[in-house]
Amino acid sequence: MSKEFIKGNEAIAEAAVRAGCRFFAGYPITPQNEVPEYLSARLPEVGGHFIQGESEIASVFMVFGVAATGIRSMTSSSGPGFALKSEGISFLAGGQIPAVLVNVSRGGPAIGTIEPAQQDYFSAVHAPAPGGFRCFVIAPQNVQEAADFVYEAFDIADKYRTPVYVLADGMIGNMMEVVELPKMRDLAELPSNDSWRFNKYNDDGSARILSTYMPMGELMQKKNKEMAAMYEAWEKNEQRWEEYMVDDAEYIVTAYGSSARIAKSAVKELRAEGVKVGLIRAITLFPFPKDAFAKLDYAKVKKMFCAEMSIPGQYIYDVQNAVLGQSQIIPIQTSGGVILETDMVVAAVKENL
Amino acid sequence: MEKIYERVSFTSKTSPTGYCPGCGHGTAHKLFARALEHFNLRDKTVLVYPVGCGGLAMPWINVNVIGAAHGRAGAIATAIKRANPENFVISYQGDGDLAAIGTAETIHAANRGESITVIFINNANFGMTGGQMAPTTMLGQTATTAQSGRSLEEHGAPLRMAEMIATLDAPKYVARFALHDAKNILKAQQGIMKAVELQVKGEGYSFVELISMCPTNWKKSPAECANYIDETVLKAFPLGVFKDVK
Amino acid sequence: MEKSVLIAGFGGQGVMSIGKMLGYAASDAGKYASFYPSYGAEQRGGTANCTVIISDEEIGSPAVSKLDMLIAMNQPSFDKFAKKVKKGGSIIVNSSLVTSKVEDSDIAAFYVPANDIANDLGSPKVANIVILGAYIGLSGALSEEDGKAIIKKMLGSKADLLDMNYQAFDKGLQAVK
Ligand SMILES: Cc1ncc(C[n+]2csc(CCOP(=O)(O)OP(=O)(O)O)c2C)c(N)n1
Repeated sequence: MSKEFIKGNEAIAEAAVRAGCRFFAGYPITPQNEVPEYLSARLPEVGGHFIQGESEIASVFMVFGVAATGIRSMTSSSGPGFALKSEGISFLAGGQIPAVLVNVSRGGPAIGTIEPAQQDYFSAVHAPAPGGFRCFVIAPQNVQEAADFVYEAFDIADKYRTPVYVLADGMIGNMMEVVELPKMRDLAELPSNDSWRFNKYNDDGSARILSTYMPMGELMQKKNKEMAAMYEAWEKNEQRWEEYMVDDAEYIVTAYGSSARIAKSAVKELRAEGVKVGLIRAITLFPFPKDAFAKLDYAKVKKMFCAEMSIPGQYIYDVQNAVLGQSQIIPIQTSGGVILETDMVVAAVKENL
Repeated sequence: MEKIYERVSFTSKTSPTGYCPGCGHGTAHKLFARALEHFNLRDKTVLVYPVGCGGLAMPWINVNVIGAAHGRAGAIATAIKRANPENFVISYQGDGDLAAIGTAETIHAANRGESITVIFINNANFGMTGGQMAPTTMLGQTATTAQSGRSLEEHGAPLRMAEMIATLDAPKYVARFALHDAKNILKAQQGIMKAVELQVKGEGYSFVELISMCPTNWKKSPAECANYIDETVLKAFPLGVFKDVK
Repeated sequence: MEKSVLIAGFGGQGVMSIGKMLGYAASDAGKYASFYPSYGAEQRGGTANCTVIISDEEIGSPAVSKLDMLIAMNQPSFDKFAKKVKKGGSIIVNSSLVTSKVEDSDIAAFYVPANDIANDLGSPKVANIVILGAYIGLSGALSEEDGKAIIKKMLGSKADLLDMNYQAFDKGLQAVK
């Protein structure tokens, strides 16, 4: 396969097309503008449709409508836009409609900054919108993974009939890297959705109704239980993480996304100086890779470090919840567009040896 | 020598407006700042700023600002004025802000006849985010999200906000001016004076649309932009006063 | 081997295009490469910068704390970034526009009057190609052939400009020999 030197946002867009995405609706926002810009020209080439909505709310509901007819669909935005998309994400989850959401995140709250940050963790992982549901959340650390995960996200979305949330950041979106793009999917090979898509009638002629309104409490609870069971299945089967030099490590650094690649550089530097340090990188954020932390030998681990580009910390709550007090966890944080630096991680570890 | 022109007294001597050469936002700011000065309103003013290039002049304008979320200025301005009628409230917005994401707030503030002054910069694109198509983009004009040009079938025609708002009962003064040459700028100044005076007298809602160039994203020199406005933009957006209730 | 360079200058000096050319050249040469631009509001009219990393293995942080090399295309860039270069690193100074000298004796300084060279060649636009030559002459991350190949590729149909660009490239190479 040939490699290409390509910008993260464009890799995300092209990977979506290759995964079979044939509908995109979005609204401009930095640092993800190249996603809609690229798709506005690219989707018509493959018989797909691009619509620039009049807002993020309109855009996400365009995706809701099209995805409900079984066409692979995506929307992307950044923090302020995801604030508005939340209603639509809730409808996607409640309606069990597969769709892919890409957040090329920046610093907040409110308008905040267009510089890269990881301050949308809670919003993506724990509360994409009110109503107590989850998205499947996956976090790339570089442009290659941004392409690969977006590509795969469509399959996960179809498999579980759920919105899948790819949590990237402005660094990944705006940098260029050498990438091997996934192969173009033949739409005929995609799993059939004839059993549920809402522009098809049932074989017996009866109508299909997509309504998220549950008039009776019992019905809503039944649905909530089904969703909870799905999330449990994800926790059992879909946790994903990367370990680097963890086996003999006395110190563990953990991070996700862009912070993880930066932390990995720090781990290499520290190892070169003889410090026994390793890295656990969360790849799925929901399901959170609890098992990576559960199987650590806490008799050997002296201290843990949690690096993220968010102040106050967010990822650290899930790490604490997985470590269950068995180790001290020292935060290493930047925020608001200040990029985490390798030196910061190195210094924090050395201060705590 | 007689002094015939002076900087608006309260604006910053040290901070630039922050706009690209040729951009209409700088001119628009100067015009409404002049009106605030004329009616001695500076110390009563609350300027509701949009998300977009509009807000870049914050350090220069030197009046109190409340920064809205993208598109929500109409709601914020409404409520500030209702609860603080002694304040002079301007909602200053771009075309993505006012005519795309904020259309609902824009129309409803107008329809209620809020006693606010709306200044609407129509530069036919999303400026700050780098030149995407706006509801006001010309047919045939290229944009980063309409790379072969806006088409009537796919995107609809440019949205004429001033005309739409003029159909509502409540608004008192609705007009469109342009900022691409001295003659038009002088007319725009008079229109803005009028809109500001209306709020001063407590007479209700006013809406002033200003056709403005964006050389950076139109990828044209300021002179070419001025021609483009004359030859193309003003055909889709005719200038004039659409409503002036005495 | 991982080599980082930060390229900084006014918007319009071709800073981003040098960075991308390095990335494309590295990619064509089968290496890992990252190009990380500053995309803040400063881009419009103000200063622009990008960090390029070329490596034989997977790249860690794309925005490094300590640089192997700085290319300072104008004075504000020199003032802002010279201190980010690590000991043993180097700075390519566009001496047509930067008047300062590198004071740290642990840092190798190369003064390349890129704009003057470009003007002498009859095209102010090739100043960034002079700099590309200087980078390749110094960094060791890419070969001369890699550099020339990417110039040819980027020019595409404008082959009539190839000679001028190759000359600019050679002048850059010589300037750091
Ligand atoms: C909810 C939300 N969506 C998108 C954005 C990104 N954004 C910032 S400015 C802008 C549009 C600017 O265009 P316009 O309103 O026409 O003003 P101009 O910059 O042209 O003056 C957008 C979409 C945002 N900040 N918030």
